Amino acid sequence: MHRTGELYGQFETLEQQKDSATLGMWIFLVTEVLFFGGLFLTYSINRHLYFTAFGVGGNMLDLRLGATNTVVLIASSFTMAMSVWAAQTSRKKLLPIFLLLTLILGFVFLGIKYVEYKQKFDHHLVPGHSFDLTYRINHPGPGDDAKELAAEREEIAGALRTEAPGGPQEALTALNAHAQLYFSLYFGMTGLHALHMVVGAGLLVWVLRESLKGRFSAAYNTPIEIVGLYWHFVDIVWIYLFALLYLINRHAV
Amino acid sequence: MSEEFTLPNHKTPHEHYLNATYGIRSWLLTTDHKRIALLYLASVTFFFFVGGIFATMIRIHLLTPSGTLVTPENYNKLFTMHGVAMIFFFLIPSIPAVLGNFLIPLMIGAKDLAFPKVNLLSWYIYLIGGCFVLYSFGTGGLDTGWTFYTPLSSIYSNSAVTPAVIGIFINGFSSILTGLNFIVTIHTMRAPGMTWFRLPLFVWAHYATSIVMILGTPVVAITLLLAGLERMFHLGFFNPALGGDPILFQHLFWFYSHPAVYIMILPSMGVVSEIIPTLARKPIFGYSFIAGSSIAIAVIGFLVWAHHMFVTGQSTYAALTFSFLSYLVAIPSAVKVFNWTATLYKGSISWDTPMIYALGFIGLFLIGGLTGLFLACLGLDIHVHDTYFVVAHFHYIMVGGAVMGYLGGLHFWWPKITGKLYPESLSRLAAIILFIGFNLTFFPQFILGYLGMPRRYHSYPPEFQVLNVLSTAGASILALGYLLPMVYFVWSMRYGPAASTNPWPATGLEWKTASPPPTENFEVTPVVDWEPYDYRNRPDLGLVAGGRLAPTHGDD
Repeated sequence: MHRTGELYGQFETLEQQKDSATLGMWIFLVTEVLFFGGLFLTYSINRHLYFTAFGVGGNMLDLRLGATNTVVLIASSFTMAMSVWAAQTSRKKLLPIFLLLTLILGFVFLGIKYVEYKQKFDHHLVPGHSFDLTYRINHPGPGDDAKELAAEREEIAGALRTEAPGGPQEALTALNAHAQLYFSLYFGMTGLHALHMVVGAGLLVWVLRESLKGRFSAAYNTPIEIVGLYWHFVDIVWIYLFALLYLINRHAV
Repeated sequence: MSEEFTLPNHKTPHEHYLNATYGIRSWLLTTDHKRIALLYLASVTFFFFVGGIFATMIRIHLLTPSGTLVTPENYNKLFTMHGVAMIFFFLIPSIPAVLGNFLIPLMIGAKDLAFPKVNLLSWYIYLIGGCFVLYSFGTGGLDTGWTFYTPLSSIYSNSAVTPAVIGIFINGFSSILTGLNFIVTIHTMRAPGMTWFRLPLFVWAHYATSIVMILGTPVVAITLLLAGLERMFHLGFFNPALGGDPILFQHLFWFYSHPAVYIMILPSMGVVSEIIPTLARKPIFGYSFIAGSSIAIAVIGFLVWAHHMFVTGQSTYAALTFSFLSYLVAIPSAVKVFNWTATLYKGSISWDTPMIYALGFIGLFLIGGLTGLFLACLGLDIHVHDTYFVVAHFHYIMVGGAVMGYLGGLHFWWPKITGKLYPESLSRLAAIILFIGFNLTFFPQFILGYLGMPRRYHSYPPEFQVLNVLSTAGASILALGYLLPMVYFVWSMRYGPAASTNPWPATGLEWKTASPPPTENFEVTPVVDWEPYDYRNRPDLGLVAGGRLAPTHGDD
């Protein structure tokens, strides 16, 4: 199909082209909701079954980093919305600036996520043979806050009392197994989300390059709009992840 | 002068999508929906034969009670690989990606799908997924059953589960993108005058199919991804030893895989809804009911999945609910069958090959559908659960229904796709051979199942041998029925007589453009000012002159 200016050959008008692209992105986002939906369902059922262990797991996450990331991502959604506005109002100089800001905030998010993941590796909270919920309290590092460790010790002790019947050893095994489920889901869900961020960053690099050529204006800004839709969706997924993974049962102890 | 050298009976062929460009690149990098449809045709045919070879081996093995061909372990692999190849790589893409791809833009008067590059991408995704699965087949096979139940698939199986799961995960996105493309195309690309209720029923059926594709496929994708991660990294999502829940896997799996049955059958119903009015020369009876029933099947289809799990120990109330909802699917399905029969009633029926397939479809789908009601019944299902009764039931739907519709559609639109006619008598003979072979293969399996022969077993008690031999004999006839169209279709591409623009004739837009169509589909964008299937008021089709129109007093 031949392309005339911005109009692809299969379409009659730019308006039809834009309607198609927007509808296409919305439908794609619906499939994404279903895609994450399977994970959210798995999470909800296991959270219901192993409430205590999931509570302990959630409290081992770093709330400060998670909250910072939430703010960063909401800020990036704001700059993305500003990009769409800049494109729609033909502010050709402003558009790349907002896109670049969005991209930078996206990378800040991924950087903080990297720090968090590294922390979990250091604390032996990665599912597998060396998974050990009590590793951190038994092997405190030099930078660890004593008050935090005490709270964590108390938390695990409390969970062991409510975990399945049997001796303390059995309770610890069960707690470790179920907390491992929590961390499997934590890495699965945040990992998949981070993958979507990487894809979003790739899309941003593409529209940033095109915007520097001055391609987008009030007359034609479809790519900016649909990348924006995608970016907001990824942002919203994080809002749910943050609430589900970090906040539930935060002050149980 | 060049005209002097042109022989009188040698017409210069018009330029069309097949001869517009040449060379391997013009095919592998094409964004033309018609060419992509042919790429799909070649690749799904390949997987059909891969799955067919496994099916043949299964039937040969079951000739004797103790099994003649392979070890029990390899028997498990045979039925698994048969299912995986046929369901994920043949049945699901068959009609949508081949006929739907080719016809939807033509039927609605568009130049192409809304996203031609995405269309090509989805074919490549299919190929990549297919390569992973073939790699699994070639490096240890797959023995989990096509259902990949955990913890067998995630822990205990010693076969090549991981590449197969990755392949099906990847392939899912091909399906999602095709469905997305169809929905957007049907919404935004219709020609002037092509209102929603002038859409061919084939398009309605594909709209419903696409809804299932975009809502169901992501769920099975994430489920298989979790099962794959569980196998690779020993995680515990579905592993009871680690606190996970294997029943959760089944729920998530069937949430897609039951609606997937409707991905396979709905497009076939769309094909039948085109063939029957055209070859009975009557307006379709109850257009809006057939259109609506496609959507109803797609919607209700999402609410019945746990009828695959009646014996998992789910709560009785859940089972009752799912049983009731499963019965509900019978209503839109029956609406279709009644409307087709009412269309045939006092029609001027011609026994062209597509009509034989369409009638075969109605009969076989009826048997498959009614036995589905047996299985939706809680008490009876416990008796026939996991027996050959289930195997026979779903083969009546998927082979008797979906494949019959696919072949009927290929015959119906072959003149449009290739611009050539296939041999008439031979194709009729093949359709009848197929029908006989199919029934001989699968009807005995109803009896076997009812008598208690379990599915997926490599051996059986000697008293079941006669019925098994009958089934195997039927399978060999069936194989002949599949090979014949392969041969004469390929033959007709070179030697078949040229097809006219509208050989049947039919009312659809796809028959307004040349056979084969030009790359841009229509010289000028058509404007639709007629109703669909209006065979009574279309003297321009030449039906009155030929005396082949159905009597106008058809209802008295």
